Amino acid sequence: MGCAAFARALLELADDHLILGHRLSECCGHAPILEEDLAMPNLALDLIGRARELYSRAGEVEGLGRSEDEFAYLRSEREFLNCLLVERPNRDFAHIMLRQFYFSNFMELYWLRAADSRDATVRGAAAKSVNEMKYHIRHSGEWIVRLGDGTGESARRAAEAVGELQFYIDELFIPSASAEICFETGLLPDRRSMREEWDQRVERVFTMAKLDFPEPVPALTGGRTGRHDECLGHLLAEMQHLQRVYPGAEW
Amino acid sequence: MYSQGLLKQDTAAVESEEFLAAFQDRIDAEEKIEPNDRMPAAYRKTLVRQIGQHAHSEIVGMLPEGNWITRAPTLKRKAALLAKVQDEGGHGLYLYAAAETLGVSREKMTGELLAGTAKYSSIFNYPTLSWADIGAIGWLVDGAAIMNQIPLCRCSYGPYARAMIRICREESFHQRQGFEIMTRLSQGSSEQKSMAQDALDRWWWPSLMMFGPHDAASRHSEQSMKWKIKRFTNDSLRQKFIDAIVPQAEYLQLKIPDPELKWDPERNDGAGGYAHGPIDWDEFRRVLKGQGPMARERLRARREAWETGAWVREAALAHADKRDRQRAQVA
Ligand SMILES: [Fe+2]
Ligand SMILES: [Fe+2]
Repeated sequence: MGCAAFARALLELADDHLILGHRLSECCGHAPILEEDLAMPNLALDLIGRARELYSRAGEVEGLGRSEDEFAYLRSEREFLNCLLVERPNRDFAHIMLRQFYFSNFMELYWLRAADSRDATVRGAAAKSVNEMKYHIRHSGEWIVRLGDGTGESARRAAEAVGELQFYIDELFIPSASAEICFETGLLPDRRSMREEWDQRVERVFTMAKLDFPEPVPALTGGRTGRHDECLGHLLAEMQHLQRVYPGAEW
Repeated sequence: MYSQGLLKQDTAAVESEEFLAAFQDRIDAEEKIEPNDRMPAAYRKTLVRQIGQHAHSEIVGMLPEGNWITRAPTLKRKAALLAKVQDEGGHGLYLYAAAETLGVSREKMTGELLAGTAKYSSIFNYPTLSWADIGAIGWLVDGAAIMNQIPLCRCSYGPYARAMIRICREESFHQRQGFEIMTRLSQGSSEQKSMAQDALDRWWWPSLMMFGPHDAASRHSEQSMKWKIKRFTNDSLRQKFIDAIVPQAEYLQLKIPDPELKWDPERNDGAGGYAHGPIDWDEFRRVLKGQGPMARERLRARREAWETGAWVREAALAHADKRDRQRAQVA
């Protein structure tokens, strides 16, 4: 039971990283400025790298011999356990940066607390990720301030992104049944414990950006049980294309 | 402003015989020309054109490979391809910076690219139709780029030469990565093997065209050689490329799509080399002029990114402005 729960909770984390990394990779070559075409792949590479490490660990813990690629390419929509925030489409640059800002703020707090996990892989991932998340927070946070306190149009778009993504915040802080077991057994931190600090951090940057803090709204959830938005199926259809068309081929 | 001043300085200056001779002496002595040195207007113009085209090629070149990032077949391949495309963007950035030392701004060059008045390498106007194209591009296109670019590391213009040293290191990594993809495919299923062959069939001739027209038809070659911007002729670099690639194709058990390709002991001053069939220069000109299969699509993608990103750039400027004003008030 403990093993199954840990494997599942690791998949939740890995899926969060892969799906967000994939979303960022969709922008490659299409950024508003060249500097951003160099920065966004950096963010994506950090996330995909972490996803690979977490999938591998999930495979070991699960003990069925599944590889990182089997997890990424051969599971269906209903088997993906990422939160809904990370699958949100790249509506515009404000959405992309706000999604990144929310997620990286959450993950930095998460990895800081994961530093004393009983699992060595989690501790290792935590050590590497904290610095990466600091960079993601700085990069996206600076953009939030520029956009919020830039032109009339950028402020309007930033506010729209806040309104759109507010539904997906709460899910970050809700532990699944598996995550709960992992918290109780000292493997992973408690997602609930991050909320206060996360709110404070976001509020600080929003004040600088002259943005209103998101309203409390009824949360949209379901990612952790594989109930996603329609958009995830399209993402997976594209991502998994070759593995599905040529089963068993090595690349 | 500063940059425009530089350009005027040259054109205004009378280029006396002595000045031109002294400049050529410096070149012949293998001295590097640096941004603040006086240089003939035509030397500057040639470099601006060449570096600008080179930078644009890196930027447009992100698109055909970017087409497969979201469909890369494994996580390892996905990360490697993403990093590669990012490298190409970085090359564009160094090259725009090198061109800026000659007095043209990145904005101006970008404007010319988007307006369709600047050229970029015709190779990027071909479509990437399968995963094998990602292998073929790394192997052949980055391979051809290296052949062209290694001599540029010794280019007489300092900033360009230095940018090329950095770029070449990454290009050779890209080439190895591309060859590795091709190796895997050529050892894979029959479907993968034919994917690899199809990619070679489609990318072979366009890769040969990357070296430019035959020496006899090359407009800028002679003067560029004299100024040591160029070190080898188009045909000699193309020959070097073919001689390097043919044995690699044999190793991959792939067939080069040229029935006239054969060993010729006379080539390379009697050391031997491969003779090849005629290159379709009509196709080259068509594709270069933007009549290739993906040309309009490539420019459309660049324009779209630029236009949909306008509000972001404006916001960044407006915000920086506000901050400067606030600082001024405090001070
Ligand atoms: Fe490059
Ligand atoms: Fe390259």
